[in-house]
Amino acid sequence: MIKFLLNIDRRIIFILVLLALIIPLKSQIFNMPVKPTSTVEKIYKKIESLSQGSIFLLSSDYDPQSRAELYPMHIALLRHCFRKNIKVISMTHWIYGVGIAEEALKKASAEYNKKDGEDYVFLGWKPGFAMLIIGMGQDLYSAYPTDYYGKNTRDIPMLKNVASLRDIDYMIDLAAGATIEPWIIYGSDVYKFEMGAGCTAISAPDMYPFMQTKQLNGLLGGMKGAADYETLLEKGTLVGENLTLEEKTNLAREAMRPLTAVHLLIIILVIMCNILYLLTREKK
Amino acid sequence: MNIFRRTIPLIIAFCLGIVMIFRYYVPHQSAEDLLTKYGEWVRIIGGFSIVLGLYSLFFTHYTKIKRGMPGWGYSIFVFIGFAVMVFLGLIKEFETFLSIISGKLIDVTSPFGSWEKSLTGTSYDWIYQYIFNACGATMFSILAFYIASAAYRTFRIRSVEATILLLAAVIIMIARVPIGGLISHWIPDLADWIMEVPNLAAKRGVLLGMCLGSISTALRIIFGIERGYLGGGE
Repeated sequence: MIKFLLNIDRRIIFILVLLALIIPLKSQIFNMPVKPTSTVEKIYKKIESLSQGSIFLLSSDYDPQSRAELYPMHIALLRHCFRKNIKVISMTHWIYGVGIAEEALKKASAEYNKKDGEDYVFLGWKPGFAMLIIGMGQDLYSAYPTDYYGKNTRDIPMLKNVASLRDIDYMIDLAAGATIEPWIIYGSDVYKFEMGAGCTAISAPDMYPFMQTKQLNGLLGGMKGAADYETLLEKGTLVGENLTLEEKTNLAREAMRPLTAVHLLIIILVIMCNILYLLTREKK
Repeated sequence: MNIFRRTIPLIIAFCLGIVMIFRYYVPHQSAEDLLTKYGEWVRIIGGFSIVLGLYSLFFTHYTKIKRGMPGWGYSIFVFIGFAVMVFLGLIKEFETFLSIISGKLIDVTSPFGSWEKSLTGTSYDWIYQYIFNACGATMFSILAFYIASAAYRTFRIRSVEATILLLAAVIIMIARVPIGGLISHWIPDLADWIMEVPNLAAKRGVLLGMCLGSISTALRIIFGIERGYLGGGE
């Protein structure tokens, strides 16, 4: 029996994971309050401290593979900025991320009736990576002569006073890969703007050295980071201010239920297999 | 011919490397202009890598089909997918161009029908949204199943190190979902300590090692000791 359990068919584990995902999604099981972490609070407070008309740069460097983890925080950040009338510049270093960046921008801007060119700008994708960041730091209009839709960046009202990265008030990189480091090295360190980051849960531990050195002011780590941000966003709603139906749709907090179930399942499985392993070792 | 294959590239690498290092310490507009020009060149040359990548991709899959190698059928989809996306991409650009000259955005419903009210945009957008997005997310989500199975089989307390690793993993897993904080505030606090002390120390060590490695590799390239980038081997 112990041998059977130790070498259990992986398809049984797959079914257990599937059930752990589906049941909480379809029911309210594991519906628990989310307590925001300090790294997320720092980003929220920074955006909260920005005045109306401040310039916020959002680089969404991820593709559909990481959409599940990063899209919720992408939407939450845009909602926060638009709610506070902060001007948003959106761009991506990942060619496969253009569609997602555009979709998020259109969705969030529509919720707050924000206009392209006045309240936000979408620069799209360009090759160059680190060199593109340096180019933006020296002259934004040369690095991006036109926006994603072909409009001359010099003629866009929102970019009138944004000649380079030095004019950015705050920046966040949502990354599925290694784009945060280049943004720090070639962007925020050189052109002196404050920066935060959002990344997949697996990359989050890599970012802690940059937070200790204050090169990153905060971090949204994976789905939990996004859920924390959604919680803060809801708590920050003014008394009497009604949330729109879209704002009530908290993608990450909804995902916390299946995530909790799967984490618990894996922990139970690991404990179980270790008990069985110790039993067989004692027998030997 | 050795002069073109070896000597001139080595001289270019040495001169540009030295100039770009010293440029960093020159607080003058000309140094900034040089960097701007250099950046433009890098971006232009980088654009050519797309052509090289395409050639390599097509050549590999064409050879696979030609020789009837195992799985050659999948290679056909590379060509079909490429042709479809390029065709639809060009149409999208044409629609954008039309919208610019007419001064209004054209809302083109997908040719696949308006079975979903929110379904607007070009055919290119439709394929991105409903095929590429869905397939990408599906491929990545399969990981969750494999991770659960792998954790069951491999996370065993065979040694002291493995036990420490397992304990840390369990604490982080439970702390990164809301239930951790509800059980005890010690769990998220402990998880934060693990991330901010042992994790940070290890990551910083790795980061410093990587940076020193990058610097030494860059110096080896500049001084012509490392010549792997020249290719060949003759």
